[in-house]
Amino acid sequence: MQTSFINIEDIRNDFPILKRKVHKDKPLVYLDNAATTQKPIQVIEAISNYYLTYNSNIHRAVHELAEEATLAYETTRDKIAKFINAKNREEVVFVRGTTEAINLVAYAWGRQNINKDDIIVTTEYEHHSNIVPWQLLAKEKGAKLEYIGVDDNGELILDHLDKYLQTGKVKLVAFSQMSNVLGTITDSEEIVKRCKKYGARVLIDGAQSVPHLKVDLQKLDCDFFAFSAHKMLGPTGVGVLWARKELLQNMVPFNGGGDMIREVHKYETTWNDLPYKFEAGTPNIADVIGFAAALDYLDKIGMDKVREHEMELTKYALDKLSQMKGIVLYGPKDVTKRGGVISFNLGDIHPHDLATIIDEDGIAIRSGHHCAQVLMERLDVSATSRASFYIYNTKEEVDVFVKSLNRAKELFKL
Amino acid sequence: MSSADIYREIILDYYRNPRNYGKIENPDISERDSNPLCGDELEMHINIKDDKVADVKFTGKGCAISQASASMLTELIMGKDFEYVKKLAKEDILDNLGLQNLGPARIKCALLSFKVLKTGIYTYLVDNLKDTESADKMKEEVSGIY
Ligand SMILES: Cc1ncc(COP(=O)(O)O)c(C=O)c1O
Repeated sequence: MQTSFINIEDIRNDFPILKRKVHKDKPLVYLDNAATTQKPIQVIEAISNYYLTYNSNIHRAVHELAEEATLAYETTRDKIAKFINAKNREEVVFVRGTTEAINLVAYAWGRQNINKDDIIVTTEYEHHSNIVPWQLLAKEKGAKLEYIGVDDNGELILDHLDKYLQTGKVKLVAFSQMSNVLGTITDSEEIVKRCKKYGARVLIDGAQSVPHLKVDLQKLDCDFFAFSAHKMLGPTGVGVLWARKELLQNMVPFNGGGDMIREVHKYETTWNDLPYKFEAGTPNIADVIGFAAALDYLDKIGMDKVREHEMELTKYALDKLSQMKGIVLYGPKDVTKRGGVISFNLGDIHPHDLATIIDEDGIAIRSGHHCAQVLMERLDVSATSRASFYIYNTKEEVDVFVKSLNRAKELFKL
Repeated sequence: MSSADIYREIILDYYRNPRNYGKIENPDISERDSNPLCGDELEMHINIKDDKVADVKFTGKGCAISQASASMLTELIMGKDFEYVKKLAKEDILDNLGLQNLGPARIKCALLSFKVLKTGIYTYLVDNLKDTESADKMKEEVSGIY
């Protein structure tokens, strides 16, 4: 039960849920990791330990519990800064998730900096969370939203970006570092380089990249970066917005309330320091603390190992799948250009039917548009099936998956 | 229900060779709906003549269950009295499909066309027949389908 890179047996033992059976007696084969990953016992215990032994509100009280909770909460911030190689801890803002991070930027930066006839550029392979906020902003401001297209190999057509940049009107380029449907890894450094030349700001959606690749913000050199804890072994309800200090300093607050203020008078308020200016109200303390345990877990394995394990598994799966008659696989063929996300269609079996059938064999995959309807239109399909891997998946599970696909083919007489 | 019970020959046949697929020009009833969860889409056109379903057609995209059930529903109501169609219950539809025990996620696929039909009848009762009493009942029924 090994790839050459990590000891999966040890890892699987840390995930209690992987021991459960579904549909009475089928071992769970969890291949829906791009939607959310499972949580190791270390994360679950970190959360329950907080509630059991030092539950209290943070930042304001002086009692011992509050000090412990504040320390644990703020230590997570340091760990995140280190994990993504951010220069300053105060550039790390806790939010609910990637979606909220992007909306925060659209609201607190976008409304001040995007004007009539400006251009916002995104891509055809974005998640709805990196499209809809920009549509709303563009409508409000009379700005234009443009798309970098996707070629037949599932990669971005960077010539499109150049064309928009040359108009001199692009204020922001927002793209995902890894597509949640195609798995394509975006040539992010190249995009940032081109944007810099024209003074366009760059937002990167790291929801799929941070869990699976080593991310280095110093190398990326972007302006905004967003990701979610729940896609990288952490709990739901926690995410991160990282942004350059000078941008955060000039941005208006997103929410007003407690914690984000320095002084409140009847008609005037001064803002708290970064990052607290953007963290109004009691935050999700327990889950932020749980997130730290997830970061520790990934650190212990090493993100290079995570990546290598997933490449090996993805290659193994792609080799098997591409031999199936009637299968259409989307995204780059070369596993060095993609993450462990495989979208496909099998004959005329609708993805929802396929997911229903293989669920009976204990296999959890995703079917539908994956919150990427612009991409579905580009691929000219209404839906795809998607299998996505993580550190605890094995080649044996890929075999079970392929066998189950063959059963679906038989049922559909293909 | 097991897949083998769901994806029987007849369901696959209606999925691959849908009967009454298409559109009617200037239909008396025209209604569409989608299931945002799956992206199933369905549009149904009906002509009513002498209190009977004179013609019915549908178009749509989606899974075998949603498309086959739509096609089988059109066959079920073709030529029937309007009163009969009004009274159809969701159990009738699931019986007709042989899909009585679908789980909560997939039952929406099976009943999407039925919901479209009933919504269309509701609009027809309001706009054409001015029968607000029946329309109100129909509205309640539609909201209880799933
Ligand atoms: C690429 C990408 N961006 C954004 C999101 C949204 O993340 P969340 O739902 O955690 O806000 C997702 C997850 O579904 C994603 O895959």
